[in-house]
Amino acid sequence: MKKKKSLLLHTMLIFVVFALALTGCGWDSEPTNTNSNANSAANQPAANDTGNAAADNSENAAANETESTDPVELLNVSYDPTRELYEAYNKLFSVYWEKEHNQKVTIKQSHGGSGAQSRAVIEGLKADVVTLALGYDIDAIAKKGYINPEWQQKFDNNSAPYTSTIVFLVRKGNPKGIKDWNDLVKPGIEVITPNPKTSGGARWNYLAAWGYALKQNNDDEAKAQEFVSALYKNVPVLDSGARGSTTTFVEKGIGDVLLAWENEALLSVKELGPDKFDIVYPSISILAEPPVAVVDKNVDKDGNRKVAEAYLDYLYTEEAQKLVAQNFYRPQLASVAEQFADQFPELTMLTIDDDFGGWAAAQKKHFADGGVFDQIYAPGS
Amino acid sequence: MKSSAASKAKPRSVLPGFGLSLGFTIFYLSVLVIIPLAGIFVKTSGMTPGQFWHTVASDRVIASYKISFMTSFFAALVNLVFGLLVAWVLVRYKFPGKKLVDSLIDLPFALPTAVAGIALTAIYAPNGWVGSLLEPLGIKVAFTPLGITLALLFIGLPFVVRTVQPVLQELDKEVEEAAVMLGSFRLRTFRRIILPELIPPLLTGFALAFARGIGEYGSVVFISGNMPMKTEIAPLLIMTKLEQYDYKGATAIATVMLIISFILLLLINYLQWRSNRRVISE
Repeated sequence: MKKKKSLLLHTMLIFVVFALALTGCGWDSEPTNTNSNANSAANQPAANDTGNAAADNSENAAANETESTDPVELLNVSYDPTRELYEAYNKLFSVYWEKEHNQKVTIKQSHGGSGAQSRAVIEGLKADVVTLALGYDIDAIAKKGYINPEWQQKFDNNSAPYTSTIVFLVRKGNPKGIKDWNDLVKPGIEVITPNPKTSGGARWNYLAAWGYALKQNNDDEAKAQEFVSALYKNVPVLDSGARGSTTTFVEKGIGDVLLAWENEALLSVKELGPDKFDIVYPSISILAEPPVAVVDKNVDKDGNRKVAEAYLDYLYTEEAQKLVAQNFYRPQLASVAEQFADQFPELTMLTIDDDFGGWAAAQKKHFADGGVFDQIYAPGS
Repeated sequence: MKSSAASKAKPRSVLPGFGLSLGFTIFYLSVLVIIPLAGIFVKTSGMTPGQFWHTVASDRVIASYKISFMTSFFAALVNLVFGLLVAWVLVRYKFPGKKLVDSLIDLPFALPTAVAGIALTAIYAPNGWVGSLLEPLGIKVAFTPLGITLALLFIGLPFVVRTVQPVLQELDKEVEEAAVMLGSFRLRTFRRIILPELIPPLLTGFALAFARGIGEYGSVVFISGNMPMKTEIAPLLIMTKLEQYDYKGATAIATVMLIISFILLLLINYLQWRSNRRVISE
């Protein structure tokens, strides 16, 4: 009997400790903006508020000697392959901002698939800025009223502070002799690329192939469709995301060529050794413009607009552009681009606006249900 | 007052507070299960019947139902047999490392399913260390329905073992001994004495593993290769709809899957109820 009682006590104790631990973690990982969120959080346990207040007081006390402005926190909701870039950039920006404005700024990052990240913001993730893989995902947020519909004109270069393009990653020495897009449709070639229906980034791959086929066939759409069909017939594994495809090609050794963003390809070569892979630049590719935007509704609510806008604006400065190039994205600033000319060979690039009529049109025609991409896999074709 | 009236008929329960706990149960279930599920139906109801039908009955979606349900069914079936075997060994025999094996069973519960999917793919891909052995035999595992079944075997195993194990443990050894004393052979003892007791938990384990398999996404997307019409599972199609911000289309497919699963689970429950009744009447 006594034994049972102590067991019960122990169990209860474990649960209490567990609950406390969980609450503790909850405080730390609370995404952002808890200060301004106090209203909506008011119905939560009071302990939460006092915890925040205590933290604020101590920070204010420390800050009082040098500055009067409160520390501010931003949440940057981005997509997968920008993790390393923004880790470096956030340090750069917070140093700059503190120096110029005497205000401490901490930036939290959130990474995931571009579409999933966009949905999270639509569902209420309190992002201050979004830096996604394609304009279509930001348009979707804008449609829900979180972002001004004119967002793409807000920053220079279509609000794309860095660009990239689609290249081929092949095995060392290029054993299959792949030089251009038309090599990819040959029988016996295995092409690795993610599913453009689940991966926003993969839509650039598909469009690059389509654009190439159009140019080769005097804008004959039927022939272009034949070409991309043949290409996707050579795809043995359709991963759901870009990093998944890279793993399939690089780690599992499946396929002869990986259609990849240039920055991912350069990173793979750097990380895994140049003795394993070569990068092949096709004759024509597409200018991938991952855009950035301030989430207007959230920054206005929290009063973060000034710093959020500066955060994105600063991406265009020389220091930031160098960082961008070091992380294998193509810089927009001509002076920096010159320094890194060896890393980024010139090639003919189509653009989404000029060659495809913008994202809305491209999405509808190619990737919507029943669109060209679905027809590739329709039974009987 | 009512409860006291009822207590005249039945002996008073040891644990008091039925009214309160039932109220809490219903509230809890509503918040966690019923309301979110109702949300799916509400979202879907925004579609016209034509749109709904067009979404849920297109060739590609139907192919994905087939793959999802067939692979889940086979995986649950295999787990039924081998889960019983594992539970049997764990309950009936003593061997060194038994505790370790016993705790290994639960690992699929704890492991993020994506990790399981990546690990399984790495091993069973054509150049993985099991895949490369199977390749010359003409057996392809990764990126085929067989690979999906494998992933579902992995995540479904604990369900069968953990439902069968306690029942097996509680079985009266004396009944078996009596059967042997009365001249029953081993197989017959198993078939007539042990198996009937095990059918209800086996069915429960099967149903749980099956249901889990139908909804499984994380581990499967890595090993299936996601080829439309061939290895594309229904949850992936739901994800592709979401990726296009087509919430209605996504919930429409989810609704169909829910309804099919619900019917199948009802059927399994019915079978279980029948087998229970038979056990009792015997």
